[in-house]
Amino acid sequence: MAGQRSRRRRKKEQSEYFFDYSLLFIVLFLLGFGLVMVYSASSYEAFSDPNIRDAAYYLKRQLAADIVGLAAMIVVANIPYHFWERFATLGYVMSMILILLVLTPLGIERNGAKRWIGVEGFPFNLQPAEVAKLGMILFLAALVCKIGKRVRTMKGFLVMVIVPLPIVLLVWQLTNNLSSAIIIMGISLLMVFVASPDYKKFVIMGAAAVAMAAILVLIIVNADSVEGFRSERILAWLDPESYAQGKGFQTLQALYAIGSGGVWGKGLGQSMQKLNFLPEAQNDMIFSIICEELGLFGAIAIILMFVLLLWRMMIIANNASDLFGALLVVGVMGHIAIQAILNIAVVTSTIPNTGISLPFISYGGSSVMFLLIEIGLVLSVAKRIQLKA
Amino acid sequence: MLANNNKIAHRKKIMVVFFLCAGVLVGLFGRLVYLMVWRAEHYSELATDLHERERSIKAARGKIMDRNGAVLADNMTVCTISVIHNQIEDPEQVIQVLSKELGVTEEFVRQRVEKYSSMERIRSNVDKGTGDRIREYDLAGVKVDEDYKRYYPYGDLASKVLGFTGGDNQGIIGLEVIYEEYLTGKAGTILTVTDARGIEVDEAGERRIEPVAGNDLYISIDRNIQSYATQLAVQACAAKEADSVSIIVMDPNNGEIYAMVNVPEFDLNDPYALPEGTEENLSTEEQQNLLNGIWRNGCINDTYEPGSTFKIITAAAGLEERVVTPEDTFSCPGFIVVDDRKIRCHKTAGHGSETFVQATMNSCNPVFITVGMRLGVDNYYKYFEQFGLKQKTGIDLPGEAGTIMHNKDDMGNVELATVSFGQSFQITPIQLLTTAASIVNGGNRVTPHFGIQAVDENGEVVEDFSYPVQSGIVSDETSETMRGMLELVVSEGGGRNGQVAGFRVGGKTATSQTLPRNSGRYIASFLAFAPADDPQVIAIAIVNNPQGTYYGGQVAAPILRQLFENILPYLGIMSYNQ
Repeated sequence: MAGQRSRRRRKKEQSEYFFDYSLLFIVLFLLGFGLVMVYSASSYEAFSDPNIRDAAYYLKRQLAADIVGLAAMIVVANIPYHFWERFATLGYVMSMILILLVLTPLGIERNGAKRWIGVEGFPFNLQPAEVAKLGMILFLAALVCKIGKRVRTMKGFLVMVIVPLPIVLLVWQLTNNLSSAIIIMGISLLMVFVASPDYKKFVIMGAAAVAMAAILVLIIVNADSVEGFRSERILAWLDPESYAQGKGFQTLQALYAIGSGGVWGKGLGQSMQKLNFLPEAQNDMIFSIICEELGLFGAIAIILMFVLLLWRMMIIANNASDLFGALLVVGVMGHIAIQAILNIAVVTSTIPNTGISLPFISYGGSSVMFLLIEIGLVLSVAKRIQLKA
Repeated sequence: MLANNNKIAHRKKIMVVFFLCAGVLVGLFGRLVYLMVWRAEHYSELATDLHERERSIKAARGKIMDRNGAVLADNMTVCTISVIHNQIEDPEQVIQVLSKELGVTEEFVRQRVEKYSSMERIRSNVDKGTGDRIREYDLAGVKVDEDYKRYYPYGDLASKVLGFTGGDNQGIIGLEVIYEEYLTGKAGTILTVTDARGIEVDEAGERRIEPVAGNDLYISIDRNIQSYATQLAVQACAAKEADSVSIIVMDPNNGEIYAMVNVPEFDLNDPYALPEGTEENLSTEEQQNLLNGIWRNGCINDTYEPGSTFKIITAAAGLEERVVTPEDTFSCPGFIVVDDRKIRCHKTAGHGSETFVQATMNSCNPVFITVGMRLGVDNYYKYFEQFGLKQKTGIDLPGEAGTIMHNKDDMGNVELATVSFGQSFQITPIQLLTTAASIVNGGNRVTPHFGIQAVDENGEVVEDFSYPVQSGIVSDETSETMRGMLELVVSEGGGRNGQVAGFRVGGKTATSQTLPRNSGRYIASFLAFAPADDPQVIAIAIVNNPQGTYYGGQVAAPILRQLFENILPYLGIMSYNQ
C-alpha cells in the first residue's frame, strides 16, 4: 500500500482527480492487438470468399466498431456515473424488450440462431445479449444501493439472486444463447457476492454448481444414446478425436492450431489453421490462432494483459468513492474476467465448446462497443476517486 | 458514503474476486503449457497431415540385366495426367484438351473433372511427348507428373521368363513378380500444402520425399544364347508347323539357366495384344483366358509325358541299385508281356540280342521295362523320390507345376512298366532337365534358377542369391557310366542328329504320343549335354505337335546340334580336338 500512497501523492500535484491511464493503455493495446489478429485470422478467408473478395473486410468492420466504441467510451467516461443510476430500471426493461424484438421481423438469424436485431441497410446489427449484460450491471448496482443494509438479510439476498433470472432465461431460451446467459448470471452472482458480507452461501452455491455439472457429465457419458445438441458437445469435449467430423471438429481444429504453435509459434501471419480449417478463426477461436502464430509466449502476453486489466479494475473498485461506483466496476470486471476465462477454456478444450468471444480481441462489433462503454463507466468511476486523503 | 467497516468488507471481497479470476487464468495458462509443449508434437503432426495433400512419385523400377550386363528390362519416362477439381478454372477447356490429347471420350474426362475429390487421375503411362504438350497448355488444375514405365528393349525375348508389369509398375508374371520386392523400390511423395478447400498455398511450396529406386537384378540368362535359341525355335516351329517349341539351356553344375525359350513368345511392350485373327466380341473373361494362355511358360507351368528321355532316370536307378550293369545282355523280341498286357517296342521287329548300353542307344522299351521290373515298385519309387522328381524344382518363376505320378499303393506292374520308359505320368520340362543334370553332373541336384544378384543404384551388391544343392543323388560311378552311355547314344545311337563336330555330346531322344493316344499328336524332344565327359551345359528341346516326321531324333536333335555348334565355342568350351 506504500507504493500506492506515494503514487497518489505524485498524482495529487498534477490534478485533483484520478485518470487511470494504465487501464486505458491496456485496453488500447488489446484493441490494437485484436485488430492485427483479426486481420491475420480473417484475411485469407475473406479474400477467398467469392462474396467478399476483400482481405481487409473484417479488419475494416472491426476498426469502425472500435472507433465508434472508443468515442462512446470517451463520452461515457466524461459523464458522472451517477447520471446513469436513474436509467437502471429502464435499462432492465429495455434489455428485455430488445431480446423480445428478436422474435419480430427485426430479428436476424445467423448460423441457425436468432441472436441479432437490425434494420436492413444499416451496417451494424445489435446483439441484445450485449445490451442485457450492461443493463444488468447497472441495474444490480443500483438495486444493491437501494436495498442498503437489507443486503445482509436472506430476503435481500434472494431478491438480488432472483432479479437477474428473467433476463437470463430469456437470453437462454429466446436467443438460444446459453453462453451469454451463463455470463449474465455469472456477472450477477459476482456482484451479489461482493455486495453481501457472507461467504458461506457462495461456497455452498459454488460447490453445488460443480457437483451438478459433474453429475450431468456422468449421466451423459453413461447414457446409452446421445440426444440433443448439448449432450453431444460434452462427449465431443471429452474425446474430440472421436467426434472429429461432428461436434468435436472445431475443438479439434483449435487444438491443432494451439499444439502446432509450440513454444515460439509459427510467426505472425503464418497460421495454417486459419486457411478455412478452423471455423470462426477471427471470432470465438481467435485465441487459438494467437497461440499458433505467436506461440506460448504470445498466449502468456495476452493472459498477462487480462490479469493487469483486472488488477487495475480491482484498484479502481477498491477506491471507488461510493458503493454504486464500486459495484459498477465489479460488474465490468466480472464481465471481462468471465468472458476471457470461458473463451480460453473453450479454445483449449478445458470446458465443452460454447460460443464465447475473447473481450476486445475477437471480431464482433456489438461486443466490442458495449465493452468499451463499460470501460467508459469504469474510467468515469476512476475519475471520481478523490486523491485527497 | 459507506460505513468504513462495510467498505473494508467490500474491498476484501473484490480482492477475492480478483485473485479467483487470476487463479483461474493461471490454471488455464498451465493447460496451455501442457498443450503447447507436451502435446505440441502430436497436434503438429495431425495438423500437417491435414494441411498436406500428397501425390506419389513412382520409384524407378530396378532394371533386369542378363549375365553380361545387357539390359533386358528398362524404364521409360512417361507421364500421369491428373486433375484437381478445386483448381480447375475452365472445366470445358480442360475436358476438351484432355480428351483430344489423350484420345479418350469427353464423357470420361468430364466425369473425372466434375468429381469433387482432391485429385483424380485421368490417365497414366502417357508418353512423354503427349505429357509435354499437355503441360504447354498450362491449364489450371491439370497436373502432369512424370514417372516410369517398363520398357523391354528386346521386345519378345524371353517374354515368358521376364514377365511384364502393370499400370502401377507391379510385376504381373515371370521374374517381375518373383523379384518384385527387390525391383519395386519405394515410391516418393510430393506433399503440397493446401487450405481446407484443397487450394494450394503457393508460398508454402512443396515438400518432396524422394523415391528410392528399386534394385537392379542380374539374371543368369545370356542374351546371345537366348536369342539364338529363340531363332532356332522359331525356325523349327515354322518348318514343322508345330504348336510350340521350347528350349531350355542350363549349366548342369549350378542350375543357372542360360536360356529358356517358349515359341511363340509375345511382345512384352504390348502384352495385352490379342493375336491376329482373334474373334471379336470376346467377353472380358474369354480375353483374359486367351491372354493367360499366351503368357504361359510351357517349360514350367505345363507337364507332359517325357517318354524315352526318362529312360535316363530308369537307367540311373537300375545302375545305382546294381540290378543291371552296362554289359548285361538282353533279348528284345519287339514286345514284352507284363502281367496280362503286351507292351510293344517302337521297333516292332525287335532289337534282338543287345547289351544294356546298346539297349539305351536303341531306346529299347522291353529292356527298360525289364530293368524297371528288376527294381520293383518300392525301389523304383524310392529312386523317383530320391532324384527329387516328386518335389518341385524350386525355380524362381511363379506357377511351377507339380509332378503328376501314380500313388505308390496304386502302382502295379503295368504302371511300373510304363513309367520305366516315360509314360503314364507327367512332369515339367524343367523337372526333367534338372533331374538329368543331377544324374550326369556327379549326383548333385541343383536348383534351376535365373536370379544371381540384386544390386542397388550405386552398384553395391544388395544380395547374392543362393540356392540349395542336394548332393549324393547318385554315386559318381553311376554318373560317369551314365555320361558314357548317353555319349554313345549321340555318337552311335538314336541321337546321331545331335552330334556336334569336334565336341563330345551326350543325350537322349524321345518321341511321346500325347493323350488321347490315337489323336496322332506327338511331342518330339531331345535332351543333350556337352562336353560328355565333363558337362558344362545341358539343354532340352521340345517340339509340340510337329507335322510330318515326329521322331525326337529327327525333329528335336538337330535343333540342339545347331545350338551347341554355336554356343559351345561361345561359352569357351574347348573342343576335344584342340
